[in-house]
Amino acid sequence: MAKFNLNKMSGVVVENIGKKYLVGKSELVALKGISFEVTKGELFGIVGPDGAGKTSLFRVLTTLLLAETGRAWVDGLDTVKDYKEIRKRVGYMPGKFSLYQDLTVEENLDFFATIFNTSIEENYDLIKDIYQQIEPFKKRRAGKLSGGMKQKLALCCALIHKPTVLFLDEPTTGVDAVSRKEFWDMLQRLKQQGITILVSTPYMDEAALCDRVALMQNGRILAIDRPENINKSFAHPLWAVQSENMLGLHKTLKQWDAVASCYSFGEYYHIVMKNDDSSMDSIQNYLHDKEYQQILVKKIDANIEDCFMDLMNNANG
Amino acid sequence: MKQFIAFIKKEFFHIWRDKRTLFILLGMPITQIIIFGFALSNEVKNSKLAILDFSKDVASQQLIQKLSASKYFDATAQLKSFKDVEPVFRQGKVKIVVVIPQQFANDLQHTNQAQIQLICDGSDPNVASTLKNYATAVIMDFQKALGNQQKLPYRIEPEIRMMYNPELKGAYSFVPGVMALILMLTCAMMTSIAIVKEKEMGTMEIILVSPLKPFGVVVAKAVPYMLLSMVNVASILLLSVFVLDVPIRGSLLLLISEGLLFTITSLALGLLISSITDSQQVAMLVSLMGLFLPTTVFSGYMFPIENMPLPLQIISNIVPAKWFYFIVKTIMIKGLGFSYVWKETLILFGMTIVLFGISIKNFKTRLA
Amino acid sequence: MDNQKVIVVDELTKRFEDFIAVDRISFEVSKGEIFGFLGANGAGKTTAMRMLCGLSIPSSGKASVAGFDVFHQTEAIKKSIGYMSQKFSLYEDLTIKENIRFYGGIYGLSKTQIIDKTKYLVEHLHLQKHENSLVKSIPLGWKQKLAFSVAIVHDPAIVFLDEPTGGVDPIARREFWELIYDASERGITVFVTTHYMDEAEYCNRVSIMVDGKIEALDTPKQLKHRFESGSMDEVFLKLARKAVRGE
Repeated sequence: MAKFNLNKMSGVVVENIGKKYLVGKSELVALKGISFEVTKGELFGIVGPDGAGKTSLFRVLTTLLLAETGRAWVDGLDTVKDYKEIRKRVGYMPGKFSLYQDLTVEENLDFFATIFNTSIEENYDLIKDIYQQIEPFKKRRAGKLSGGMKQKLALCCALIHKPTVLFLDEPTTGVDAVSRKEFWDMLQRLKQQGITILVSTPYMDEAALCDRVALMQNGRILAIDRPENINKSFAHPLWAVQSENMLGLHKTLKQWDAVASCYSFGEYYHIVMKNDDSSMDSIQNYLHDKEYQQILVKKIDANIEDCFMDLMNNANG
Repeated sequence: MKQFIAFIKKEFFHIWRDKRTLFILLGMPITQIIIFGFALSNEVKNSKLAILDFSKDVASQQLIQKLSASKYFDATAQLKSFKDVEPVFRQGKVKIVVVIPQQFANDLQHTNQAQIQLICDGSDPNVASTLKNYATAVIMDFQKALGNQQKLPYRIEPEIRMMYNPELKGAYSFVPGVMALILMLTCAMMTSIAIVKEKEMGTMEIILVSPLKPFGVVVAKAVPYMLLSMVNVASILLLSVFVLDVPIRGSLLLLISEGLLFTITSLALGLLISSITDSQQVAMLVSLMGLFLPTTVFSGYMFPIENMPLPLQIISNIVPAKWFYFIVKTIMIKGLGFSYVWKETLILFGMTIVLFGISIKNFKTRLA
Repeated sequence: MDNQKVIVVDELTKRFEDFIAVDRISFEVSKGEIFGFLGANGAGKTTAMRMLCGLSIPSSGKASVAGFDVFHQTEAIKKSIGYMSQKFSLYEDLTIKENIRFYGGIYGLSKTQIIDKTKYLVEHLHLQKHENSLVKSIPLGWKQKLAFSVAIVHDPAIVFLDEPTGGVDPIARREFWELIYDASERGITVFVTTHYMDEAEYCNRVSIMVDGKIEALDTPKQLKHRFESGSMDEVFLKLARKAVRGE
């Protein structure tokens, strides 16, 4: 009974959800018994690469798939028993662009408004911000829109019936950095309206924009927390290293037996030493001896990607 | 209801904007009717006929006159002996040779039995058998004209391959056939493709996650194709009456109602196909192999079912087009009423109910 | 890196009716260089890349790829380049081995070369246990690494990579870039587009397209310096925000 009371306050509750598929003759386990909870009004991110199980999870929650194990509630409703009611309440934007390409922007929006028993006018204030950006093209067929505009139209269609919970499956995949930033700004504004938003993404940097994130890989949740807490949980001192000859430096660091891990991060390498007490000087001196020029070593805070790779290694090894 | 209408409206947009498909859908019955109609009648009109008359009596002269007077044959050559037969066939001009034995009139009058041999160019079996049939019919006609009530056994068996009408019009038999085929294709194939397309494009995902009832989705998808099919029925009937001179002898209302019933049967088949396939390509192949082929083969308008081995005859009973073909033929050509087709109508009706039942049961409210 | 130019582009333009997709772009790429080709969606990257691969004839301008003219020698170009994209790379319903053999075959490798290459690639990518698995059953990170290896199986002068790492996990993404460096060291020029801005830092030089034009082209270091930015991400945002055309 305690569980039930919890549901009432939660936007989404997932309890030990497991899902398998058959690929050819082999079995693919998409979700390996995952559990988490999303509070009402939260912007919750599910971050992980392709194949992590994000889409399967969203399909279970939007009542499109039945899980083999576990249970899940959306807006306090059981995803199996109350699927009809859930379908009235949630908004869903699938990973693939799923609007009618041969209908115009306006016709698409109008159609989705009607099948959800509402009209564009009724909830116009909710989509106004976003719709105004594509309104100049409302007579254009959806298939002829650019990636960024398609994504905005799809979001409008998912919002048109004022859902209580919004599921966005990889809305920013394949979208350029500028459009991605705009999209996240839109999500922040939607959050102000009190909508619970679950969004999945393969871009690690977007985790920082969520209230809380679940890092997912291979059907498991590696970590779940506020992004800053995940960053803080990184267990070892992390160093950023740079020199004139980056390619050579990479090989040197990889071969250096005092280094536990070394990953490239833009213009730096992020390294973790096997000995947590290693000093900046010791790293600098080592590289000096190897005759590197313009050596830069600094201690840094881990970001989500550092944490993700660390967690991946722990999970796999 | 508003949702339902919105869905139908959307479906019409899809159809209207895909001009090429729309053109094919509406143009197909017209071209089919015209091609079949004229190809079939040209084939038998004015075919070159050669005569090898050993009898040269009054009766044989009359028969020859009767043959050349018919619009199907053009008696072009009088042969002298059997040796001449092969050369005329080889030249390719003559398609059929009528051999009248000696004592033809004599046999006819005294023994009531006479023989006539028809030699056909079998290199094109379809043409040959059509010509054979026409010649047989003309000879039968001649026999009747002689006022002889007794049967004349011919060496050539008067095997009737198609249902012949007195004027020997091929169009009579294929109009109902084309109708069955076109309805099957527009309804079943197009509906299944339209539904599977939503799966393929991913729009089905959003539709499922909406308050729309699956049944509503399915029916809304079918309605435009049903209307399109009725347009096709109208154009087939108009072409038949005004271009091919095939009259509608029975009740038009009954004919259209039966057409509507068959349309719904086809839709149900289309729905069934869409529920077992996931791509447009597969839906199309299944429709072609599972509907088009049986419809052509088993409805009876191309190949006579009576001539098939028993197992195939039994199989033909589950092909809806067979029943529809019979119904249309009975109403349109024979001019008979509902009392003659109620059994077939009931069978079609039963099939529709079963097919609908299976496809609704199979319709997934989820993805997998 | 020697100074041999394998891609020379001069005022290259592509018009579609009244729309100028690529507007007089000019640049050169040296042998073995890793050249990042960035731009917002709709900036004209794909169109430009298609012209360089010999898939689309330019409207005006000049360009040569691997010494061949993009107007007249497109067949010769296709023989001397490799191509890989996020969307299409390998046949999902063939096994790893069958894919390598197939691509070796279409690039005209001899039977013994194909056998050697297959053995080498399977070992190099640590796929021994999976060589007979269908491609659709292996993780995306492996697929992309394999796809890249297959795209350079015939040692082309240039390999074009269209968003090769989209959706790949962070570790596999870095392993992928190690393959790119290997190829570059072997003298293969790498022409790559990406939406990950950290990957732009790994390129020798980066060009950023805005509205069909190349707005900036330099080493990542110089670009950051010039645009007073701390990262390539900032540089990109500063430039791409100027875009006026609605993608």
